[in-house]
Amino acid sequence: MTEPLFARDEQDVVEAVAAACASASPLEITGTSSLRALGRPCAGRVLDVSALCGVTLYEPEELVLSARCGTPRRDIDDMLAESGQMLAFEPLDLGPVLGTAPRAGTVGGLFAVNLSGPRRLSAGSARDHALGLRAVSGRGELFKAGGRVVKNVTGYDLPRLFAGAFGTLGVATEITFKVLPRPETEQTLLLHALAPARAAEALSAAMGSSCEVSGAALMPAAVAARLPGLSARETVALRLEGVAPSVAARREMLRQALSPFGPTDVLEADVSAPLWRALRDVEPFAGPSACALWRISTAPMAGPILAARLCAELDGEAFCDWAGGLIWLSLPSEAAWAERVRAVLAPEGGHATLIRATAAERSKTAVFQPLDGALAALTHRVKDSFDPAGVLNRGRMHEGW
Amino acid sequence: MGATIEAAGAPRLAMPEPDAGVMGRRAAIVADLRAIVGAGAVIDHERAMRPYESDALTAHRQLPLAVVLPSTTQEVAAVLKYCHDNRIRVVPRGAGTSLSGGALPLADAVLLGLAKFTRVREIDIANRCAVVEPGVTNLGITKAVEHLGFYYAPDPSSQIACTIGGNVAENSGGVHCLKYGLTTHNVLGAELVLISGEIVRLGGKHLDAGGLDLLSVVIGSEGLLGVVTEVTVRLLKKPDTARAVLVGFPSSEQAGDCVAKIIASGIIPAGIEMMDKDAIAAAEAFVKVGYPLDVEALLIVELDGPEAECAHLLGAVEALARDCGATTLRVSQSEEERLGFWAGRKAAFPAVGRISPDYLCMDGTIPRRQLPFVLARMRELSGKHGLRVANVFHAGDGNLHPLILYDANAPGELEAAEAFGADILRLCVEVGGVLTGEHGVGIEKRDLMPEMFNETDLLQQQRLKCAFDAEGLLNPGKVFPTLHRCAEMGRLHVSGGALPFPDLPRF
Repeated sequence: MTEPLFARDEQDVVEAVAAACASASPLEITGTSSLRALGRPCAGRVLDVSALCGVTLYEPEELVLSARCGTPRRDIDDMLAESGQMLAFEPLDLGPVLGTAPRAGTVGGLFAVNLSGPRRLSAGSARDHALGLRAVSGRGELFKAGGRVVKNVTGYDLPRLFAGAFGTLGVATEITFKVLPRPETEQTLLLHALAPARAAEALSAAMGSSCEVSGAALMPAAVAARLPGLSARETVALRLEGVAPSVAARREMLRQALSPFGPTDVLEADVSAPLWRALRDVEPFAGPSACALWRISTAPMAGPILAARLCAELDGEAFCDWAGGLIWLSLPSEAAWAERVRAVLAPEGGHATLIRATAAERSKTAVFQPLDGALAALTHRVKDSFDPAGVLNRGRMHEGW
Repeated sequence: MGATIEAAGAPRLAMPEPDAGVMGRRAAIVADLRAIVGAGAVIDHERAMRPYESDALTAHRQLPLAVVLPSTTQEVAAVLKYCHDNRIRVVPRGAGTSLSGGALPLADAVLLGLAKFTRVREIDIANRCAVVEPGVTNLGITKAVEHLGFYYAPDPSSQIACTIGGNVAENSGGVHCLKYGLTTHNVLGAELVLISGEIVRLGGKHLDAGGLDLLSVVIGSEGLLGVVTEVTVRLLKKPDTARAVLVGFPSSEQAGDCVAKIIASGIIPAGIEMMDKDAIAAAEAFVKVGYPLDVEALLIVELDGPEAECAHLLGAVEALARDCGATTLRVSQSEEERLGFWAGRKAAFPAVGRISPDYLCMDGTIPRRQLPFVLARMRELSGKHGLRVANVFHAGDGNLHPLILYDANAPGELEAAEAFGADILRLCVEVGGVLTGEHGVGIEKRDLMPEMFNETDLLQQQRLKCAFDAEGLLNPGKVFPTLHRCAEMGRLHVSGGALPFPDLPRF
């Protein structure tokens, strides 16, 4: 009974989940397995949905794309690029970090984990771009929610709830996304040698300007040294995207706004693009490595100081994205030190997720931010409302459910 | 059989049967509520409750059991816990500007008003957010931060009056959604009181959720999942410039084509509005802003951002509009002129109100390219129902607001208008759209939900509701056409390892 089940179509998923539900035997939902090491290890027979493949709707002038869950992300990227469009939330490619093949994931996976890149700051997350859904609940019932239009308040917004649910609520068999035009060009402004508190102010000043910054990161010297286009100095990087005359105008406006923080350097598009791709995919902390890697979301102004404090306490290395609000923290060994990480974070608020760790470490650690009493109970009831027998990715997010 | 709501000439709307036991205990319940929130914060006299008998969907009216106006989160929690423990229904209410009847009272339900929650608790410009109470108006947030050069992006047309709590309940939009998103894209966190009286915090000043993103479903839940007592909103820096172009076309097809070409060329305008001939005529007669009267469709395309960007993109939009056969084209040369372009559009509803004793404002969304087809079908439906319709359209995101003109005093016209409206919404679903883009389902579109969702879809939504409110006490009778008991829907037959279908899985 341990060999994987391979679903050929939606009906197979319905039958597999219905059978699993009837017998209360858990399933682990997989596509290309590129994200299988994310979250807690979960028990159950593998239900492979990678054969549910193909873009079912793409209308560039309507800014909408629907794809079956197993559609490779590279196919989506390529198809959108042909029309000058993109998934604007810059989905992460965790291949480098998890030691799997690059660009290997599926659209179902990138939706399920809701991991968005640098542009999350200005364009929103995967969740923000999810418009519609077809899914099989833990009862083995096929249902739909949302739609294919941007403006829709008909019923609860289940597509957004499913983003980041790690497949624990249902098997999303088809997802509809809002897509956006790819920016014509980009440039990056760099500031150097700012202490964390001062860097936080610089990031805030940039984001508080009308320059429409679409990427705002802060790297210590050792991390900057490992990034394309940067040298081994503390660096604040600010990305501007859009039509060329606008980017040029905003670059000068931003320079002006940042003049109190020192002189700026400019990276042209050919250097800027690889830099942000490397930041998106956390390349400075790429594997093969079993060293614990954390992703921490907090208030932007708190991030840079928090990152420095975490590094000092845990002998780690970190950089900030999202204008300081996202910290990538790499620890020196397999030990995740979850309680310590979260104790440092607690006064500022936010959440910490363990992205890379050994299976043993992920089994005994709260990979996701532990929830308080009432919220934990509510979250558990929400899970039960979709999957009462607890058969879908049981244990992926929380021990036992 | 359920109860029916009194409505002057309106079709009778089935609502949940009032609980006679609760109605009979009214005096005791009022006394208990007074003990929780103070005597002055409970209204039980008929005359004083009258202002609460409907929201902006005024065709339907009902006096509540009592009106309670708490001042603190703790009071809200205590009131909800009391109602939960005593099986009393609760209808939450913000400013009462809902166009879908989301805040329509029930005879046996406490109407929980959040009108006293009017404080801006924190403005945090460094983190580009504000923490506000739910009774702060949408425009009030912008007013509180505009001296710092910031604003709150969603701008529903009722923004002077509607509150952020109501915006969260309805996931409100506005005319700038295409570029800046809906409420759900602009809210970072909320404090939510469950019907049990438990208080949970969702989100905060950080992005994304550490576990399941429950804020996603709370936003737009129309008061069925909990009562929001604090909201953290994202603030944006006001763009340097905004410029608008007014473009007239001889046909709606050409106007629709122009919108598609603008977007396909990679331009995301801050807003694209379209008006049809009837709406243009009504608006021009009302505000006299110089709209061309010899066109079938009028577009307002607004671009914002740095001056250099606006100038560059305006040129591109102008060229595309001419390619699509525009017969008139004016680019705003001053802020005054830009506001003038908008004045007509913003006055479209009252303008239509001047040419018709009553009108019904519908709210469906369609894939944009279906617009010419939908407008043609709407003309047919107009003939069928014998009523006129004027159309304003958030063309950028496909959100259509047909205004059905009728006279409530003419026998049968309200019924005809509602039937016409229902036909329009069915048409929206038929072409791949949805029943409501921004006004919510409420009671207005409740019975049309099966047009869009099948029984399984609706049961799953209601099971989610059960996770928040197992007794179905919060805002019952809204959104879902059929009420089911949670226990019934939650039933599951698990046979402890014995497969009921031994042949499965068979692949």
